[in-house]
Amino acid sequence: MNGAPLLEVAALQKRFPIGGGGLLARRAPGLLHAVEDVSFTLRAGETLGLVGESGCGKSTLARLLARLLDPSGGSIRLRGEEIGGVAAQRFGASPRRADIQMVFQDAEGSINPRHTAFEAIARPLRRLRGLAGPALHGKVTATAALCGLPAELLPRFPHQLSGGQKARVGIARAVATEPALLVLDEPTSALDVSVQVLILDLLKALQARTGAACIFVSHDLNVVRLLCDRVLVMYLGRVVEEGPAEDLFTAPAHPYTRALVGAVSVPGRPRAAERVRLAGEPRSPIDPDPNACRFHGRCPIGQDRCARAAPPVHALPGGRRVACHFPLTDGALAAA
Amino acid sequence: MSAASLAHARHVLSGNPVTALAFGLFALLVGTAILGPALVPFDPIAAAGPALQPPSARHPFGTDAIGRDVFSRVIAATRLDLGMAFAAVAIVFACGTLTGAAAGFFGGWTDRIIGRLADTIMAFPLFVLAMGIVAALGNTVTNIVIATAVVNFPLYVRIARTEASTRRGAGYVEAARLSGYGEAHILFREILPNLLPIMMVQVSLTLGYAILNCAGLSFIGLGVRPPAPEWGIMVAEGASAIISGEWWIALFPGLALMIAVFTFNLLGDGLRDIVDPRRRT
Repeated sequence: MNGAPLLEVAALQKRFPIGGGGLLARRAPGLLHAVEDVSFTLRAGETLGLVGESGCGKSTLARLLARLLDPSGGSIRLRGEEIGGVAAQRFGASPRRADIQMVFQDAEGSINPRHTAFEAIARPLRRLRGLAGPALHGKVTATAALCGLPAELLPRFPHQLSGGQKARVGIARAVATEPALLVLDEPTSALDVSVQVLILDLLKALQARTGAACIFVSHDLNVVRLLCDRVLVMYLGRVVEEGPAEDLFTAPAHPYTRALVGAVSVPGRPRAAERVRLAGEPRSPIDPDPNACRFHGRCPIGQDRCARAAPPVHALPGGRRVACHFPLTDGALAAA
Repeated sequence: MSAASLAHARHVLSGNPVTALAFGLFALLVGTAILGPALVPFDPIAAAGPALQPPSARHPFGTDAIGRDVFSRVIAATRLDLGMAFAAVAIVFACGTLTGAAAGFFGGWTDRIIGRLADTIMAFPLFVLAMGIVAALGNTVTNIVIATAVVNFPLYVRIARTEASTRRGAGYVEAARLSGYGEAHILFREILPNLLPIMMVQVSLTLGYAILNCAGLSFIGLGVRPPAPEWGIMVAEGASAIISGEWWIALFPGLALMIAVFTFNLLGDGLRDIVDPRRRT
């Protein structure tokens, strides 16, 4: 499995039409550019963090990769096989469906209130693996145990489970079919800090055991640093920086990444020194100017050129990439 | 789940005597509909004594213009009135819930077509529309049932549509897609079971209206034909006699109608308390 990447994403794009539509629409509807020109590769067993502020397209990207949404352009290849072209509605019948599973942010809402924990975990196995009877029962119980759910909780309904237990049901359901790619959309953001730690430990242990590649969407940079090998930083639908987690957090090359990293509180570190405050709101993602950096206007080091040309992607040593006219290489960082 | 639901129902009933009363009255109505015609003291469509007798020990509700026992007729009419209302509500519950849920879940053209159909029905004064349907299709009990179902259709569509559209993006719907289930399966197995409690409340609230609608159509001479005992017809027959002082012919069927509607409305309120998830702990 080493060598060939598990997942190759190239120029992935998602645009949502907004407004207009309907029978009597006179003008073409605007397009919300949710995900624009995203490319990356992922190896088996690797964990990729996806960070960025609310509305930057992380969740849309996660749903595209989980094949719950159809991309407007670009390609998604799983083990070399193009899966981006299969309509999401027909992907359910694809043999690849079991290979990509997802854990949702809202564990409560992701379990049908009329299903027991057992039923929630059993559904993908029944449909995608064709299990039934004792084989199904055995697999569900084993998966639940792996996720720290004792068998006596399985006949319970969601409203009879705690938040952490519901999160475990969601994770058990996603790993039950032993997917090659697991997409985690902020799986811990709704949980208490003490429970978060337990769930993160569980995810780490599961990944070590199953060897699944993970895409981990999160607001929490500390969690991403702890869990992820590599990180994609997104801003308004575009990837602004990509690199190994440790390098990216210690020496951010994009001004946006630097602002994000500076906003994280680290015990014992005086924060004022490195902190960059961003003024204002992000630009509108609707029909954005293709000839401008999307960060322009909020960027602390932005210049006239940023308003006239989209930034090129620079490759930095160590497999890093940054999309900026004026990347903060080490010299720039020291000077700043 | 069902044990917990029963315990919850018992808890609500014990804290809410009005709902318990509604359930009691409902049981009485259904019992009367089933057993009534077999238990009445007189034949409801044959003369049982002198005409226009006021209420007495022998005829507790008096007798009508051709000497039939009003008490026997009121009791015997329960089966027909409840039967028509139940049939109409069963039809509209099945059709309205299914189409409304499909409209809300699929959206797009499905939603537009079903939505316009419901809006078109809503554009008519509903009772006039029901009259028109019975007049056009023919003067039978079946057509009263169909007309009552049609006029209730928009209400069911709207409620089912709203509830389904709030659930179409729910996490468990996406989880079902991840599990490889198709859209029709998701509609029937994930969405509809979650709509049923809400729609059941609607059923008992509209049963009262359905009884009024059926009786109203009979009152103006559509549908049920005399001499069949039916509350609407009996009120119509007795209305002219009120002026000459024979109030009992119209009053007692009218009271029966009122109690039935009152029961179903109370029952709907009580059911809403039982199924309302916000009250569940």
